[in-house]
Amino acid sequence: MRKLSLSDDVLLQVDKAARYIGGEVNSVMKNPNDVAIRFAMTFPDVYEIGMSNLGMMILYNMFNEREDVWCERVFSPWMDLDKIMREKDIPLFALESQDAITNFDFLGITLGYEMCYTNVLQILDLGKIPMYSKDRTDDYPIVIGGGACAYNPEPLAPFFDLFYIGEGETVYDALFDAYKKNKTRNGSREDFLFMASQIPGIYVPSFYDVEYKEDGTIKSFTPNRIGVPAVVQKQIITNMEEGYRAIKAPVVPFIKATQDRVTLEIQRGCIRGCRFCQAGMIYRPTRERNIETLKASAREMLKATGHEEISLSSLSSSDYSELKEIVTFLIDEFKEQAVNISLPSLRIDAFALDVMSKVQDVKKSSLTFAPEAGSQRLRDVINKGLTEEVILRGSRDAFRGGWNRVKLYFMLGLPTETEDDMKGIAHLAQKIAEEYYEIPKEERNGKVQITVSTSFFVPKPFTPFQWAPMFTEEEFIEKAKIVKAEIRDQVNQRSIRYNWHEPDVTVLEGFLARGDRRAADVIMRAYEKGAIYDAWSESFSYQTWLDSFAETGVDISFYTTRKRSTDEILPWDFIDAGITKNFLIREWENAQKESVTPNCKMKCSGCGAKRYGGGVCYESQN
Amino acid sequence: MKVRIKFAKHGPVKFVGHLDTMRYFQKAIRRAELPIAFSGGYSPHMIMSFAAPLGVGTESDGEYFDMELTETVSTNEITDRLNKQMVEGFSVVSARQVEDGKASTAMSLVAVADYLVKFRKGLEPEIDWKNKIDEFLAQSEILVMKKTKRSEKEMDLKANIYSMHLEDNGIFYQLASASSNYTKPELVTETFFKWLGEELKPFAMQICRLETYSMDENGKAISLENLGEEVE
Repeated sequence: MRKLSLSDDVLLQVDKAARYIGGEVNSVMKNPNDVAIRFAMTFPDVYEIGMSNLGMMILYNMFNEREDVWCERVFSPWMDLDKIMREKDIPLFALESQDAITNFDFLGITLGYEMCYTNVLQILDLGKIPMYSKDRTDDYPIVIGGGACAYNPEPLAPFFDLFYIGEGETVYDALFDAYKKNKTRNGSREDFLFMASQIPGIYVPSFYDVEYKEDGTIKSFTPNRIGVPAVVQKQIITNMEEGYRAIKAPVVPFIKATQDRVTLEIQRGCIRGCRFCQAGMIYRPTRERNIETLKASAREMLKATGHEEISLSSLSSSDYSELKEIVTFLIDEFKEQAVNISLPSLRIDAFALDVMSKVQDVKKSSLTFAPEAGSQRLRDVINKGLTEEVILRGSRDAFRGGWNRVKLYFMLGLPTETEDDMKGIAHLAQKIAEEYYEIPKEERNGKVQITVSTSFFVPKPFTPFQWAPMFTEEEFIEKAKIVKAEIRDQVNQRSIRYNWHEPDVTVLEGFLARGDRRAADVIMRAYEKGAIYDAWSESFSYQTWLDSFAETGVDISFYTTRKRSTDEILPWDFIDAGITKNFLIREWENAQKESVTPNCKMKCSGCGAKRYGGGVCYESQN
Repeated sequence: MKVRIKFAKHGPVKFVGHLDTMRYFQKAIRRAELPIAFSGGYSPHMIMSFAAPLGVGTESDGEYFDMELTETVSTNEITDRLNKQMVEGFSVVSARQVEDGKASTAMSLVAVADYLVKFRKGLEPEIDWKNKIDEFLAQSEILVMKKTKRSEKEMDLKANIYSMHLEDNGIFYQLASASSNYTKPELVTETFFKWLGEELKPFAMQICRLETYSMDENGKAISLENLGEEVE
């Protein structure tokens, strides 16, 4: 039997002990003596969340296909275990071998969202790995970060040895080979970092110096040694058949993960070009996977896991050119075997309503629209190509099909937003209610329930809104109050529910998203003061962060509410994310002009991603 | 075809809770491609039912669930196919065809269970207890306070302890386990040591359920496995 790192008495004291035991179906065991590289693949959040991350699972699968690598998983211990580990001085361990991660070769950390940054420090701290890269000697793992937040790695720069910019499938093999080569010739940690810096897509923060102007903006960002590239270029796979490393047998958690199902990734990237959306920009160009490959992969993964549900994954499934065929296939092939088909949010049209009625109980399910903004004017500003007419028509068709629940998602605080735009949210909800009540009473299914949810807009790097100012918490609350009051003034206000998020987390997210290296001090201070699991409302303490700003002297407003000029050097400018700065500036200007940019299938907008030589830029041009 | 599966659970997977163990077997049945029957509706579920739930941290040699198959499969084949899908710690001991019908679900049949309670290294009781079991059982009554939601009630455990003796440096128990008289080995063990004037250290007990039985008209315990038959 495998030996566990934690003793029985510890496991009996913590919630969901099965988070920490490993040994799940399809988890990979190897003999540590047979491998050259031990990799601890970390998701800095609790097991159930981390195990739902597709990117991490792809890399786990891919690394373990190499005979010379053993990749194991690491997650943040939940707060109950965190406390015990500190008290009893138990080092953080990897699930498979249950060995402490302190002397692994690599510690890879997936950075999916900004609010996990204090958990990154928790991982290093509990792992007994020096938290600052500069303090790590040859015995410690190479700490490498990747994922969406690596597109602005600067707030975490001092804590990481490397960042990987782009899709993991491309250069990890080269990185491992370099590591082994350096080991055989007894090279130092620094020797390896230099070798890594020569691999496209790898960023070594310690090889770059930043200078600041008196006003706090960046004066220069330059390599501090010869041979290190000034620009780090995003790596992606262009051939989704040959380059894609499909997971054959995903690990099946014992406890219920957030995504307790097979996830079938149908495409990467998005053609839409919504100006607020980072994913829609950094994952360009849109690349579809082959339908026959997807069918085979669906069968293979369901068989290997025994999951009772499968879902499609992409940024905008409705744009997948063979959506009808893949959905019909899933229903025909697996419905008989009582496999649930979980559909992502599809654009509501006749096809979507038809498949939704096949795979879910109409009475229990709801329609989802994400207009993001309350008026057509503002939707043009953000380039969200969803019109009121489409929403109303979709609702009408759905109501006639028996649905009576609608969810609407909006953002408040978008650039150029006026009071009319905010009130437009209430008016749109009212119009949807009216559509419902136009149906004769005997054909209706009780009352309509419309749920309006608003979040506050966070400008993200590599979007046309990366220069936009954010609002303060007080201003955000004012905006939510305007929406609330206007909803209460509507005729069918009893059918409309309104939820909004607390603005304090949003403001911090805004700080971390567009922060520079000076933000690291605040993160470290917040961690030292006990901040952890900031993405969880039960553990998030805004006051801890406010105190950390005060104590470090970092001015949050410099990062959040300040409007940036397009000639300012932004902290992430050294990364080439595939889209050009000129394109982003053009789109920022188009936004001010309320001018819409067509999607990639309609017309190429010259974003720069075409140079990758694949995807929609070549396949679907009219 | 209604099939009763007997399985064992040891090592790290003892920390997989009851509901998650059910989910684990549901997925294993799918991987084994057994012809399991489903209920109707939008979210069909497998027709299966588990016998007595096992607490987190407890090991077992005698866990049971029943499932309905849409066609007859040899019981050996069922065992083999499921065992190919097990991870370390879980193993399928047997498959038996059992009588159809609601009255004979694994859950409702459970009347008796055997346990072996051992003590974790370093947490063993420090007094001499091994020769005291007979004296403990010789009491005319073994009273414990049983907490209910509203109040505390005194009850006599004696009638629920069918057997208790020293085994392998631990205590073997045969205890009443029907829903009306379900008796936990932890409770009996704590009561025994309290009677000896000793407080057990927290998490001292490592419990293994050895077998689960039903009781026939004559009061004879028959393992749930032995109520079914092998099918070729």
